Amino acid sequence: MPKKREKKIDKKHQLSRRSFLKGMGSGAVTAAVIPSSIAAIKAKESISFQETGVEKGVVNLIINGRTYNVEVEAREILADTLRKKLNLTGTKIICGQGACGACTVLVDGVPIYSCITLTVDVNNKNITTIEGLASDGKLHPVQEAFIEKDGMQCGFCTSGQIMSAVTLLKNNPNPALEEVKLGMSGNLCRCGAYPKIFESVLAAAEKGRR
Amino acid sequence: MTRGFKIPKRITTEINFEGEVIKIDAEVPEQEPEPISEDKKLNIIGKKVPRINGEEMVTGKAKYAFDINLPGMLYGKMLRSPHPHANILNVDMSKAEKHPGVKAVINLNKNNVRYVGEEIAAVAAVNEEIAEEALDLIEVEYEKLPFVVNMSRAMEPGAPRVRPDGNISKPRPRDRGNIEDGFKEADVVLERTYKTQVEVHNPAEVHGSVAKWDGEKVTVWDTTQATHGVRRSLAKALQLPESNVRVINHYMGGGFGGKLGLNVHTLAVANLSKMAGAPVKIFLTRKEESYCVGNRPATIQILKGGAKKDGTITAFYYKSFNNGGVGSGGSNASPIWDMYQCPNCQIEESSVYTNTDASRPMRAPGYPQGTFSVDSFLDELAEKLGMDPLELRKKNYTTKNRGGTGTPYSSKGLDKCYELGAQRIGWHRRNKKPGEGKGPIKRGIGMASEIWGGSGGPGTQLDFRLLTDGVVEIRCGTQDIGTGTYTIIAQVAAEELGIDVKDIKVMIGDSDYPYSGSSGGSMTAASVCPAIRAGAADIKGKLFAIAGPLLGENPEELDVGESRIFVRNNKSKSISFKEACKHITEGMLTSNETRGPNPKGYAFSTFGAHFSEVEVNTLTGKVKVIRHVAAHESGRFINILTSENQIQGGTVQALSYAFFEQRIMDEQTGKMINSNYYDYKTPTAMDTPQIEPIIIDSVDPVLNNLGMKGLGEPPRIPSHAAMANAIYNAIGVWIRELPITPDKVLAALEERKEG
Repeated sequence: MPKKREKKIDKKHQLSRRSFLKGMGSGAVTAAVIPSSIAAIKAKESISFQETGVEKGVVNLIINGRTYNVEVEAREILADTLRKKLNLTGTKIICGQGACGACTVLVDGVPIYSCITLTVDVNNKNITTIEGLASDGKLHPVQEAFIEKDGMQCGFCTSGQIMSAVTLLKNNPNPALEEVKLGMSGNLCRCGAYPKIFESVLAAAEKGRR
Repeated sequence: MTRGFKIPKRITTEINFEGEVIKIDAEVPEQEPEPISEDKKLNIIGKKVPRINGEEMVTGKAKYAFDINLPGMLYGKMLRSPHPHANILNVDMSKAEKHPGVKAVINLNKNNVRYVGEEIAAVAAVNEEIAEEALDLIEVEYEKLPFVVNMSRAMEPGAPRVRPDGNISKPRPRDRGNIEDGFKEADVVLERTYKTQVEVHNPAEVHGSVAKWDGEKVTVWDTTQATHGVRRSLAKALQLPESNVRVINHYMGGGFGGKLGLNVHTLAVANLSKMAGAPVKIFLTRKEESYCVGNRPATIQILKGGAKKDGTITAFYYKSFNNGGVGSGGSNASPIWDMYQCPNCQIEESSVYTNTDASRPMRAPGYPQGTFSVDSFLDELAEKLGMDPLELRKKNYTTKNRGGTGTPYSSKGLDKCYELGAQRIGWHRRNKKPGEGKGPIKRGIGMASEIWGGSGGPGTQLDFRLLTDGVVEIRCGTQDIGTGTYTIIAQVAAEELGIDVKDIKVMIGDSDYPYSGSSGGSMTAASVCPAIRAGAADIKGKLFAIAGPLLGENPEELDVGESRIFVRNNKSKSISFKEACKHITEGMLTSNETRGPNPKGYAFSTFGAHFSEVEVNTLTGKVKVIRHVAAHESGRFINILTSENQIQGGTVQALSYAFFEQRIMDEQTGKMINSNYYDYKTPTAMDTPQIEPIIIDSVDPVLNNLGMKGLGEPPRIPSHAAMANAIYNAIGVWIRELPITPDKVLAALEERKEG
């Protein structure tokens, strides 16, 4: 069964992963940060991932300004690495197929869907998640605006909405309502809080002008 | 009192819950706070108060069950039937059990499965991938059986049987008056058929649970709308004392009615965890979420109605078939039964069984379906009578339930919703002759009415504490499913105590806290808030007993405001709230007040009217909602900001129902085709029109100590019907089947051309 899965991976990714793994030295590197849960399982189980046909290696991730060396599987998505291994659970997964934007994080300032991004592909890159948006204990103006205008209901898509709004306002600090709608159209909200999300983004833009 | 205890008063209250009348028997307080007078100036209630937990929600700190990571935690998966109907001859789990990394496998011992996705077994492994591999290693021998997934086909004679006693349930009848007499009196009689689709809840956070054992006690983090309900059901299923089971749900990514009961995977996770001796987490995939845990049933509704020339409705006959899957299809009839004055009414509703997962309550179960038929029908009737549709509704206005034949409503502000809504949308601008607009792109305006329960009821209990630093702690086993429960609790307590919301610490979503009911039926706010006010008033009295001597005044003469305690007739004589709290010598003041009963002799309902303006492209069939006005009367509104959000969100979901969403089943395989977010369409930001909430300023005079009703479901009820009526006004063609997709619009236009 695992063999079958491996075949699905396209050539381009396979190549980049291979070279990456070679560079890391076939998993012999000791990870600086391995959460206790994973370490515990590994120690207890002594499962060899190679035996089950899964490649692994250690990546270097710069997340919210802090460097992490994490052991990941070649097939691992960034959202899982963030959520399961680093306990950065602010990033959510809703659709798992790049349709809804809940898992949006910034990679070198560019928004990406972390549920369809392989962690090995962001090796050595700068990643910003919702947890890294506030600085020195002060909320980002977009976060403030989402609270003030109630740009959320259940809150589960909110991290992704905010990451998209931050990018939108960086590219267009004075958006018109229609531009806000277009800029936010990659993020679904099942509660339908869109009108309040628009108000929040416009209010954040207003804060930026002040 | 000589026997050392007292017997409290208990009252049985009848509640309209999700369209059904249920009885709640509960202990009621000896004394309730006086209702807040209508002219009292309030500082926090009825204002736009941002969520008190907003910072947690925008920084990613809010912990949902989906976010729980525990040391040594295993991941579980459910083995589900790939067949829509089969006998299970054998389940061999031996290979799965031996698979490296697998820690526990459970056979649910099913003999038969009746829909694709029905649970057969469960596994737990060190990661999700290995758990999935283990599912592939479980060998199940099936004997495939004939099946039917399409509702119309299931109703045909000779269709494969989903239940041994047939695919159509015995009709649930309700009637009053005599419809034959009613139709004789009528000058106009119409009969129309309306159809609605299966809608899937698809909350952002899929269903899931995490279980962790500590000896004989288990803690479960669950995505649930019923923290206490799940605790009770789970304890029963595990044969454990209730005190050994704790259910936690601090945050949840939406439920919409699909997360009210104990789920199979939740029980499985508890059993797997016990077996493996480690915490286990199961979260469904989006696919599983789409076809394994409920939906809003599809309907076929036949409505026949008669009216006199002046618009007086004389009779309704309503027959409906609801696709319940392997469960009940519920009821849609209440809007027909209650909304408009009608002395003669006969209802027959049947569930149709198909080989699909059982339907579950979904935001205002039945009401969006029933409202689509009755409010579309009223517009057709108005047309035949040559009347303005809004005038026809006003003509048949009633202040009693059961179409004017029943109990008087405690309050009904629908007339105000009509007046202000019509004004805001510019009702006079609508086409006098439907479809009269020039050119291929035509505009129209339509409206529809809303009725729903939402009274709230007794039973909510509290642990209310005031500490010596002036901070209030409130523990209550209710939950916030995204509506803002945390915040309205803080608002009510802060208003009553005259302090700031930031000094109120709200702890909910935990079965270790005192009991409160499930969050369904728009019941949470009006069940919890009056209890909070009672608790705060009790604490206030206790603090006055301390502050009175400090001020040298009779405690009865004290009042609160602006974080101070003062003498009612001499405001300058005062002490700060915090200062007074320093004099609490026993560590804290506590209260365990409860929610009072609803008074007898009234019907309690919420009301609203939606007005929609649409643009129809007659060349492409595409409909665009330009503007939507949503007026609601729900008694006193606690938080205007979250209420507006609720109204707008309900409208967006109804717009989705009107134009986008529908579950599509493959009749050959019995599988759902569009079980993902790409193919199961919901609106994006680009589809969202301007939605203008109108909040009717009103206070229910008798219902509870805050004069409030619920709001969660009402905005979801009439919007799509208003949009459908607006489409008729734009193009002069009726579309009686949801969703209104471009192909249906074009076909209807074509049919008229040919006709």
